[in-house]
Amino acid sequence: MKTKYMNPYLAGFLLGLVLLATVYITGRGLGASGALKSVVTSTVWAVAPGRAAKAAFFQGSHPQGQSPLMDWIVFEALGVLLGAFLSGVISDRLTFTLERPAHVRSWVRILGAFAGGALFGIGSQFGRGCTSGAALSGMAVLSAGGFLTMLAIFGSAYAVAYFFRKLWI
Amino acid sequence: MGPLVPDIISPELNLILGLLLGIAFGFVLEQAGFSSSRKLTGLFYGTDFTVLRVFFTAGVTAMSGVLILNQLGLIDMDVVYINPTFLKSAILGGAIMGLGFVLGGYCPGTSVCGAAVGKIDGMVFVLGGLFGIVTFGELYPSILQIYTANSYGDLLAPQALGISQGQFALLLIAVAVSAFVATTWIEKRVNPESESFRFPRQAHRRAAAAVLVLGVLLAAWPDRKANLLGKAADAAYQRAHPIERVTADELAFHIMDGDQHFVPVDVREAAEFAKTSLPGAINIQPAAMFGKEWRDVLSPEQNRKVFFAQDEADATRAATLASLLGYKNVAVLQGGLNGFTQTILKATAPEQGLPEVEQATYRFRARAATEIATLIKQRGGVKPVRRIKKVQGGCGS
Repeated sequence: MKTKYMNPYLAGFLLGLVLLATVYITGRGLGASGALKSVVTSTVWAVAPGRAAKAAFFQGSHPQGQSPLMDWIVFEALGVLLGAFLSGVISDRLTFTLERPAHVRSWVRILGAFAGGALFGIGSQFGRGCTSGAALSGMAVLSAGGFLTMLAIFGSAYAVAYFFRKLWI
Repeated sequence: MGPLVPDIISPELNLILGLLLGIAFGFVLEQAGFSSSRKLTGLFYGTDFTVLRVFFTAGVTAMSGVLILNQLGLIDMDVVYINPTFLKSAILGGAIMGLGFVLGGYCPGTSVCGAAVGKIDGMVFVLGGLFGIVTFGELYPSILQIYTANSYGDLLAPQALGISQGQFALLLIAVAVSAFVATTWIEKRVNPESESFRFPRQAHRRAAAAVLVLGVLLAAWPDRKANLLGKAADAAYQRAHPIERVTADELAFHIMDGDQHFVPVDVREAAEFAKTSLPGAINIQPAAMFGKEWRDVLSPEQNRKVFFAQDEADATRAATLASLLGYKNVAVLQGGLNGFTQTILKATAPEQGLPEVEQATYRFRARAATEIATLIKQRGGVKPVRRIKKVQGGCGS
């Protein structure tokens, strides 16, 4: 029997305090997709510098002589990985599994996860942040764009959920 | 005054703090169950509203906290990163992410949590995310127009709705609590094994009542800036808390003396300041005093800050505000810039036969007029400076 999850309201309150501390200390919010972008940018610069130099998208985020990985958001995301792992150890939830309902085939779940990730990759660039960086952190500082992105994420998810119900229930 | 980076906490230490804050973030997300895609997607099928509960509670907590810090003058929101609003791009991006959420069962932050506890689908989602960003980069030139269209800058949601920040907080709290009640009702009917059957009802009701009271208090709390600006402009308050006056002669003496601790503060518009001002003057608009931009100049008590504008009234308002904000050794130039010009720069010789004191005063003023006029000319068109930059944040920059 694995350990129960934390009461969601308590978890939300604690998460809110972490976000508040982040804004007070650093002047910015929490995020995740920004770190993925840093990984992409640094990889493209390392693998195909000619291509990176030509593409406008990879230029703004590459300060002279400094790796895009020496960025706050990358350290924060590494922390997320560590913190979640720590929580998994404490609550005995470390298992190497592909999580899916019994009737969903493995390859369908893997394909779904990849496609979902890719869509989030694209969408988070348009939204200038994902669920954490745009929606949650935007809410903390009352950003109109943050609220819009949040409404769009959940509105769109509810709009399409019915058509993909076989993936989950 | 927050944010503590970069003047109290160095950029290097900030990276370590990022790691620590990230650890706390990831730990709480995993404890809440966000490492499980089936738990996350329960939100869309009515079986498990954990995401809504955690997300909304976190948002309301952080927002209320930021609002309270701002109202107490403990954080400079002019420096804090505000996610910019690009109407089309924000909605399009959100819509794409919503589809991604249902297909993938994760969002980027939660997929990292899933991957951390060994979920293969979480790891695949992260890879998909990297692929998606590369794709966006490749398409970037052709989508640049949508990406940058309809820019509203740092628009705040309450501003867009035309209500105060406190009223907006109350609205959001009311929506959150209603959503919690409604979704729990749904969840109990859809999912017979819902964890909400085991919730401590009494404690939850008390918490909901407390947070609603907090919302009402936030809505009723008068805006700090408007409040202080009103006080500073109030004649009765100014009479009760008089600001010391500095005469034109005294100011002229200190300017000629090159006294570093005598700081003339020009509170006029930046354009007027750029045209002409007193030698050594700095340009601080009253609203800029709320933040930390000019703290290092205004804080030292040995610095005598002499506020001036075209006339005395504007300067008195600004100096009263500075004093309300806790700054000491604040004074106002008597007669304003107009008076200074009349008394010093255009000093006229007294009539013959007046006492020697008058003659000596005139000799001083005439000398000051030449010296200071030269200093003003040397000053040229000085551009006003904005010294503290906004924090570069967010995920899209």
